[in-house]
Amino acid sequence: MADPMRVRAVESGGVVDVKILMKHDMETGQRKDASGKVIAAWHIANIVAKINNKEVFKGEFGTAVSKDPFLNFKFKGGAKGEEVVITWVDNKGDTRTDKAIIA
Amino acid sequence: MDYKRRNMIKIGTVISLMASTGLISFAQANEWNKAAFDGKSLDDVLKALGSASAEKSASITLNAPDIAENGAVVPVGISTTLPASQLAIIVEKNPNVLAAQFTILEGAQAFVTTRVKMSQSSNVYALVKVDGKWFVTSKEIKVTLGGCGG
Repeated sequence: MADPMRVRAVESGGVVDVKILMKHDMETGQRKDASGKVIAAWHIANIVAKINNKEVFKGEFGTAVSKDPFLNFKFKGGAKGEEVVITWVDNKGDTRTDKAIIA
Repeated sequence: MDYKRRNMIKIGTVISLMASTGLISFAQANEWNKAAFDGKSLDDVLKALGSASAEKSASITLNAPDIAENGAVVPVGISTTLPASQLAIIVEKNPNVLAAQFTILEGAQAFVTTRVKMSQSSNVYALVKVDGKWFVTSKEIKVTLGGCGG
């Protein structure tokens, strides 16, 4: 089971600023272990943000996104007290969904 | 003929086996643009994203440091005044150049910040898609310590 992510959503002047910190190794597939074998790539592939069950922002990550990825985006049309739902899926099919109340 | 068909059946079985054992995840089967992420150059990625070239634009801002001390964590941000539908970050000298791409849906602003790995000093491109056309701006980031240790 994947570790929880930290999500913060702050509304200001009609624009909601969402900051997400995911917990993921983001293995590149370039590194080798002690015996010289390549460590398989393991990274978050897709991330979706929803507000009121409507998708507002989608991302696709490659292996070059840093370990424990940070993501910041903004959208209009969210009000204080509403819920932002973030879901990611990695290339092994592991997934994690977390929510934040817009402050 | 029959031989080919046999092979096809075999390949089909292998693929479905891989899917069921999780070697091909549903993310890959779904929306993850593998061709674009496998691209080795800016042109490869543009081709996979459905465009032959990208036009330079001054309306895109690429927020990134001039010098990154640690190539494993380089903050990169894109913002633009253009009505963008898609954003992408490309690191020219990485083994696979496309780092991430984002879809701006209704309501979201053409703004994103994330952190990427850089194997060495390189040009970083911010790509922005407007009405099916790609626009680009670039910046050179110097890396003192690479982010893809072997």
